[in-house]
Amino acid sequence: MSLLGKDLVGLAGLSREQITTILDVAEPLREVSERAIKKVPTLRGMTVVNLFFEASTRTRISFEFAEKRMSADTVNVAASGSSVSKGETLVDTARNLEAMRIDMVVIRHASSGAARFLAERIESNVINAGDGTHEHPTQGLLDLLTLRQRFGTLEGKRICICGDVLHSRVARSNIWGLKSLGADVAVCGPRSLLPNAIGEMGVQVFSRIEQAIEWADALNVLRLQLERMQAGYIPSLREYNRVFGVTRARLERAPRDILILHPGPMNRGVEIDSDVADGPHSVILDQVTNGVAVRMAVLYLLAGQKASLADVAKGGAA
Amino acid sequence: MPSAPVTLLNARAVARTISRMADEILERNDGTERLILVGIQRRGVQIAQRIAAVIQEREGADIPLGALDITLYRDDLQTVGPRPVVGQTHLPKAIDGQVVVIVDDVLFTGRTIRAALDELADFGRPSRIMLAVLVDRGGRELPIHADVVGQTVTVPPGGRVDVFVPELDGKDEVTMVGGGT
Repeated sequence: MSLLGKDLVGLAGLSREQITTILDVAEPLREVSERAIKKVPTLRGMTVVNLFFEASTRTRISFEFAEKRMSADTVNVAASGSSVSKGETLVDTARNLEAMRIDMVVIRHASSGAARFLAERIESNVINAGDGTHEHPTQGLLDLLTLRQRFGTLEGKRICICGDVLHSRVARSNIWGLKSLGADVAVCGPRSLLPNAIGEMGVQVFSRIEQAIEWADALNVLRLQLERMQAGYIPSLREYNRVFGVTRARLERAPRDILILHPGPMNRGVEIDSDVADGPHSVILDQVTNGVAVRMAVLYLLAGQKASLADVAKGGAA
Repeated sequence: MPSAPVTLLNARAVARTISRMADEILERNDGTERLILVGIQRRGVQIAQRIAAVIQEREGADIPLGALDITLYRDDLQTVGPRPVVGQTHLPKAIDGQVVVIVDDVLFTGRTIRAALDELADFGRPSRIMLAVLVDRGGRELPIHADVVGQTVTVPPGGRVDVFVPELDGKDEVTMVGGGT
């Protein structure tokens, strides 16, 4: 039986062994994207529905590349233009799709818990592509893979997640995943953008970016969610950049080389300066490449689970 | 009670067998021109390396060596186990117009070789593909046969052939469990 189970809803419930297995499978899958024919027949005949109820470009494209490179058939459904805009519920949408004999659903939703809600109500495998401010597990996994490639191991490495932690599902997946693999984790940002109970997740809290740079082996710089900033979480973007921006000048004062990650899309000149984003410390494009490999690995592991259960149902060996 | 393993080939016999396989590959290809050896992960890779070393010794030619991992081309997705291992595929050069020798340790159902042929086709169009195996144990489920065979054995139902290589297993031996030749 596959190690993962039926769904991937978050990293919070996954063990170190489960996370390591996903990363170990993802590692060689990077090579498929280097081939002239970027396709393997592994998921031939399977149908994956990308149910994106919230705007996304890179995550949806990354999933779609992963699905196509594994030879799955894919269908994209967005909330606008679908029956959701006519008032259909999430479960009804998914059940109707299931009635058309689909195998997997990749869901992005503005509500925290939407992926688990769906996973508990349909038979298809469900992969969470970001739910509200809860989790974004495949983003967390690609960050872990990128860090593991650079560091060899995450055991004892010091990773600081910087910026708008309050609204970030990436931050939560990162914290769970990093801690599972033995890293020391910190967060850094204005008090208004850190959850009240963040300390209970077992992370250090820095209120100055200079402290984070002094401490860390890697900074995962989060996007300042400008669409939420009307609520007055920060005085101004300029002020934010001046106090919390990751700039070359600040990195030059670091006691060691620091890796810079960013889940994108970036607000250049706000949370990160261009010469850092495009500089020698940046592994941002590696993250994008690893994203496809990690998603291929998750699809493969979940599909293996499904086939195994189907075989048992038919009386065969699993 | 399971029977004790019977040694089919000890280290010296493995070396002799691989030497003979290298000679056969050279004879069938009339030399080393356009030759590429591609081992199937994992033990086929070690056997391919040993065949290449013999050819190097005989002919003074370095044969390009590659590795194929057929996991993503298998026809049995349900065998994805609790800790699946997906290995690396690496080809040393473009295979168009080349003579590719697929090397594996044991030839059994033929399904691994079918998967290997499918995977190679995704990389190019060799002028010829040959198959070399250390042990052919019979029991084919697909119409596939090897061009170069180190040892042929008949294994009764439920029997098993194990190939041990020094790099992975710390010993150099071929054994069979559950029957005679």
